[in-house]
Amino acid sequence: MVGYLVVLLLVLAAAAYWIGRTRAIASVNGDVARLHSLPSQHGMFLALFAAGPALLAILLWSLVTPGFESSIIADRFSSELSGMGIPQVEAFIRDARAMAFGGLVGFADPTKEAAAAVYKSVHTTSTWIIWAVALVLSASGFYWAYSRIAQAYRARHVVERVLRAFLIACSVVAILTTIGIVLSLIFESLRFFQQVPFYKFLFGTHWSPQSAFTGAGAEAGAVNQDIFGMVPLFAGTLLITFIAMLVAAPIGLMAAIYLSDYASKSVRAVAKPVLEILAGIPTVVYGFFAALTVAPYFRGIGESLGLNVASESALAAGVVMGIMIIPFVSSLSDDVINAVPQSLRDGSAGLGATKSETIRKVVLPAALPGIVSAMLLAVSRAIGETMIVVMAAGLAANLTANPLEAVTTVTVQIVTLLVGDQEFDSAKTLAAFALGLVLFCITLTLNIVALRVVQKYREQYD
Amino acid sequence: MNIMTEAGVEQKLSSGTTAPSIKMKGEKVSVHYGEKRALFDVDLDVRENQVTALIGPSGCGKSTFLRCLNRMNDTIDTARVSGKITLDGEDVYDPKIDVVELRARVGMVFQKPNPFPKSIYENVAYGPRIHGLARSKAELDGIVESSLKKAGLFNEVKDRLLESGTGLSGGQQQRLCIARAIAVSPEVILMDEPCSALDPIATARVEELIDELRQNYTIVIVTHSMQQAARVSQRTAMFHLGYLVEEGATDKMFTNPDDKRTQDYITGRFG
Repeated sequence: MVGYLVVLLLVLAAAAYWIGRTRAIASVNGDVARLHSLPSQHGMFLALFAAGPALLAILLWSLVTPGFESSIIADRFSSELSGMGIPQVEAFIRDARAMAFGGLVGFADPTKEAAAAVYKSVHTTSTWIIWAVALVLSASGFYWAYSRIAQAYRARHVVERVLRAFLIACSVVAILTTIGIVLSLIFESLRFFQQVPFYKFLFGTHWSPQSAFTGAGAEAGAVNQDIFGMVPLFAGTLLITFIAMLVAAPIGLMAAIYLSDYASKSVRAVAKPVLEILAGIPTVVYGFFAALTVAPYFRGIGESLGLNVASESALAAGVVMGIMIIPFVSSLSDDVINAVPQSLRDGSAGLGATKSETIRKVVLPAALPGIVSAMLLAVSRAIGETMIVVMAAGLAANLTANPLEAVTTVTVQIVTLLVGDQEFDSAKTLAAFALGLVLFCITLTLNIVALRVVQKYREQYD
Repeated sequence: MNIMTEAGVEQKLSSGTTAPSIKMKGEKVSVHYGEKRALFDVDLDVRENQVTALIGPSGCGKSTFLRCLNRMNDTIDTARVSGKITLDGEDVYDPKIDVVELRARVGMVFQKPNPFPKSIYENVAYGPRIHGLARSKAELDGIVESSLKKAGLFNEVKDRLLESGTGLSGGQQQRLCIARAIAVSPEVILMDEPCSALDPIATARVEELIDELRQNYTIVIVTHSMQQAARVSQRTAMFHLGYLVEEGATDKMFTNPDDKRTQDYITGRFG
């Protein structure tokens, strides 16, 4: 129903655009040059006012009504619902809603059917109201704007202002989403820290949340606080990230230097996209490449050298992750190396420096801040990477610095904590949020530092 | 071989007489950028301890010719050079010539000041370090100081040698670039519109410097300013559309040129 209303408003907007244009042209008897604003801007102005407020009202309505309707139901059936807990009330309303508008119903009973009938009527009424409101807004907006259109009217400025407001709204949505995610992370983490003390989580060295509720009898349901120590996960993450950067940093950087300073145009035209295809491979594909090809290969090499390599080793996961990050490093470094002015290269060559001397002594020092920030961004990418480690690094939370053993990472544990049937308020599930918060803080810090470094670098060449 | 002995003989003569010997010689120099031909059979001599100015409207090939002299065109993939250019009789495009050594002997100063993002000291020390010219730190210090002095910059920067070279003013930066070029003790210095990014005061300072440097170096300068060519150069070469129109003593070129195009250009009728 409301969908039709939106379509209708869009059609009205199109019509208003045309009408506004025509009226603007007519107001100067066709001498368009005399208008303050272009005819199309007058049209846009009229269209915006004819459809904009009404569409805003509909948006507001669709955000508010579900809660409003539910509260009416809860109010109307307060006596029947009085004995129920919050989850049951929610289930009741959900079922009533499903019966009214179609959907999966848990189980039906007469009270719910009555509630569904109320739901339907309330919804019908509110739909009528929004139709009426939208049409009135549209008509009055159109009338008001239509009466404004004249030779000297500054429609251009109004359109500019409306556009600016729209753009601000879009960026606000992005920012609010981020803030919302962070807040939810913080609040769920706080709930976790009520059950498990902060210091035990941050500094504990034992992690096995799967056995959180082994207590029996009087201890049943008590949370074993000593098994939520995140140090092994953190160590595993660092180990794998370190191995990944050991692979990605030199290879990526050298590839970038080759591409920017040595490769001929035709080689570059082919090599750069090919390298970037690496970035387009889904991480899950890297994951089974790591688990099925690289890990057994390392194991085989290890055996021939008399080393005991775990079939899920940090080494395999780290190396494959490094390969995954290579295009990331090389493409960012390539950009900063290219940003070093050609005049510096010429200056160095003019003094008789060879190409590699020029790169080592002039280009790389000049590009260093940018390269550092590229590396930091790559690190934060590696820390956040999940799929490869899930498939190749294993689940055992070993506290070890030996890359041949299985380790696990923060992201892997978040996945395993949330997979399967879980109670949403158990310490085990909430631990995932705490881990998420830690991860977020680390990558945020890295990104901020990287951006700072880049800014400093920019100032140098402006 | 023939040319070498000739040059050698001339050099000997020059020490006794005032006639300057020929330092660099271009014979039928042509340059192609891909399909496009930028320079047509240019014959031009550069005389020792003189300033040779290359003038002509934009796109006439004067910068291209300049960049041939120390093979800077090698850095452009599509550029192709033919003909013969000699430095003291040696063909600089001979495969046996080390381009690194050539550029140490024929230094270059660019249109826009391009100091490296390093300290003033490091900027000047860069060339001597690459070529291993200094045996000790003290010797390097000496080279840096004397180069900065020759470039007329030392007194302005002697207290902040360790500060960044990019923090200097435009004119100072350009003199720093000249000091950087001098530090490898080249024989020839090529300057590609060295004053086009500078204000008149800095320009005057650089022009004075060029005149002083003439005592010890051979200088080739590309310029768009007729006054500058008249002020600093002893010989002038006029380029147009890739051809060398005429070449001669600066006095004669500016008072009584042979070619009408030169006269028109100098008096501002085209270009």
